[in-house]
Amino acid sequence: MSFILDRNLYVPAIDAWIDPGEPKPRAIITHGHADHARSGHGAVLATPETIAIMQVRYGDDCAGRFEPLRFGEMLTIDGAQVSLHPAGHILGSAQVLVEAEGQRALVTGDYKRLPDRTAEPYEAVDCDLLVTEATFGLPVFQHPAPQDEIARLLKSVADQPERCHLVGCYALGKAQRVIALLRDAGWDRPIYLHGAMIELCALYEDLGVPLGELLPATGMPKSAMAGQIVVAPPSAIRDRWSRRFPDPVVCQASGWMSIKQRARQALVELPLVISDHCDWGELNSSILESGAGTVWVTHGREDALVYWCQQQGLVAEPLALPGLDDDGGEGGA
Amino acid sequence: MKRFAELLELLALTPSRTRKIAALAQYFAEVPDPDRGLALAVLTGELDIANVKPALLKQTVLAEVDETLFALSYDYVGDLGETIALIWPHHGTGELPRLSALVELLNTTSKAELPKLIGGLLTQAAIHERWALIKLATGALRIGVSARLAKTALAEMSGVELQAIEEVWHGLKPPYAALFAWLEGKTGRPEVDHTARFHPLMLSTPIEESDFEKLDPRDFAAEWKWDGIRVQLVLGRNGASLFSRTGDDIAPSFPDVVDAAMGRAVLDGELLVGHDFAPRSFNDLQQRLNRKQASARQMAELPGFVRVYDMLFDGDEDIRALGWQARRARLEAWFDQNPQARLDLSEVLGFTAWEDVASLRRQGAESHGHEGVMLKLRTAPYVPGRPKGFWFKWKRDPNVVDAVLMYAQRGHGKRSSFYSDYTFGVWKGNEIVPIGKAYFGFTDEELKQLDRWIRANSIGSFGPVREVKKELVFEVAFDSAQKSTRHKSGVALRFPRINRIRWDKPASEAARLEDMDAFVG
Repeated sequence: MSFILDRNLYVPAIDAWIDPGEPKPRAIITHGHADHARSGHGAVLATPETIAIMQVRYGDDCAGRFEPLRFGEMLTIDGAQVSLHPAGHILGSAQVLVEAEGQRALVTGDYKRLPDRTAEPYEAVDCDLLVTEATFGLPVFQHPAPQDEIARLLKSVADQPERCHLVGCYALGKAQRVIALLRDAGWDRPIYLHGAMIELCALYEDLGVPLGELLPATGMPKSAMAGQIVVAPPSAIRDRWSRRFPDPVVCQASGWMSIKQRARQALVELPLVISDHCDWGELNSSILESGAGTVWVTHGREDALVYWCQQQGLVAEPLALPGLDDDGGEGGA
Repeated sequence: MKRFAELLELLALTPSRTRKIAALAQYFAEVPDPDRGLALAVLTGELDIANVKPALLKQTVLAEVDETLFALSYDYVGDLGETIALIWPHHGTGELPRLSALVELLNTTSKAELPKLIGGLLTQAAIHERWALIKLATGALRIGVSARLAKTALAEMSGVELQAIEEVWHGLKPPYAALFAWLEGKTGRPEVDHTARFHPLMLSTPIEESDFEKLDPRDFAAEWKWDGIRVQLVLGRNGASLFSRTGDDIAPSFPDVVDAAMGRAVLDGELLVGHDFAPRSFNDLQQRLNRKQASARQMAELPGFVRVYDMLFDGDEDIRALGWQARRARLEAWFDQNPQARLDLSEVLGFTAWEDVASLRRQGAESHGHEGVMLKLRTAPYVPGRPKGFWFKWKRDPNVVDAVLMYAQRGHGKRSSFYSDYTFGVWKGNEIVPIGKAYFGFTDEELKQLDRWIRANSIGSFGPVREVKKELVFEVAFDSAQKSTRHKSGVALRFPRINRIRWDKPASEAARLEDMDAFVG
């Protein structure tokens, strides 16, 4: 059977690539994480939010031309239609639906279904061919409610007021989500930011996601940081950078943190299982709800999800997309 | 159970030793009997839930989860207990029973009913408790907490000296009510019969080149480091026990040794096999160790004996506080009074300067296959554990061979995402044949580099195993080599470890199988 999309996520009908790993004349970008959005494309089609994120991260001229496409709008090029649908992963993250020759192909990019006020809520889309991510494509991944994980963080802060809690989060998406969860749980003190977070948090606020009072973490006297919460990239919390804080509790917010041996390996003292990807159950239901007869699986633990699809009577195969490491790209999971 | 689950999680994830001890001490002080005693038994590996074995847990989970998906998950997570805790698909509400009630349930439920019970408990448990439940049931904690650390916390909590706790420890059983009563000052020290129990061993530390300058050879005695296994022979009022270094009684495997022993004492020595006190290879000893019960033929072909080097009790008298020199004199006198058929004295080697010891060590290894020499401070008391500065081991230099990496497998536990188990081989004609496997000897940084190299150079995969291009050379260190029918190469290495990674060396310059002949003794 032939598809309107090839296995490199190239769409011949409109001569465009989806999330290409190297510069292309025309690219459709699902969201702003570095393993999906790269600089140097000729033209970029994406949501206005994703375009804004790319410009903050890579500069205004990181692509030859930008074509914003809002959620729900339809773009027709040479007899093919392209539309973007919320993926719920981070702000502006989209699933790409291509319709041509009477066929509907959906590329999910990264997605999640749990409510998150920092991202547009996931929308289920019918399709014939589904290209799904599988970052957490093993049945051991059953994400708990993020509110419960934030409650554990706040309990630890209350129990150890003399220590500073350093929460390792990827700078785009996860950081803003953790901050929003803390606010929603009633934490109204300032939240301190590593330098790498500041610009992106400001962008989120500009785009209508309030995050409360945020202050730079550096430049504060050490003693003033006892009992405070600092949000920083995972690489910084175990580095010399963290020595400026009093007896820090190393926390990390990631779906990987459900595996204790992983948390130990990463020297994380308080693992917070907060993921911006679907867990196993959500992947399963998304695949079934899409109605797709063919499923291509990428980004992660493809084997198990492909096997599961085949058990459901679907045609499924793994996609080997170049440039992705074993643990799903940026570690923002 | 919630409290215990929180404790286990904190112990697993807190890097600070002080904080672990504080958490343990707080737990033991606040949780009532018998729960705290059972928790102590779990942490020290003394709790045995007879019928809950990994196979039974696996059977429980495979009734609910697809086998292929389970296998893929286990391969990824790397720890059976954690895989089961994470993959269990049912979620209920409610609380798990308290620790003591749980242990009771697990111990009194019939084997046939256990899968149902465990399944129900897993469903009931909160996600963080499941992990603790499985750890508890299987006894395989792997959370970086030693029995020693738990006992240190008991000392911290009570102000009683750690050594005093070690003294009574092996005479006590879970849930340790008498121990806690003593620690809390409610009763006296529990009575234990020293002649019927294991006494924790004194261990040595490796000597460093720089130590010699600081040490005066006149203060030390030297002995051979024998290539057998360390044992404690307890000749008590009611018979004899032969304990391994971990306190397992292996007397049933060595009736020839135990039955022939005369007199009363607690002795420390090396278990060996051979006729007329001539020790044979470790390989020969292994054949007897692998048997729960010795056959008459084995005892005739490979008679056991103990080469004694220290004495803890002379008759009923505890002489551990004496210096080594004084204990040695008591030991020699005891041998004079109690003639032995299967015990002999380990020789004390004469020397005047460290250079003499260096040449003894070399000769001993080359001519007699000794593991090296031991250096013991003449004034040192017998202190359980690994006290610094009293006993040193000076091992012979290892053998090394340059071998080529062939296959790599992902590790378990802390290394579950890394390719950390390596099979390597040497040239036989134009092909490479495996001679061994090793999974340590490299730093964490090197492990990351190796992991990257393996992922980039893999040419095939079989389940968790990757075959790699035959291009990377390891300098492998090993203690000895033996002929083996299990390996295609016909050679097996003892205690192999990665000495160096030879990123610079072409595989064509690795060793050939013929080169291994020199090591097979």
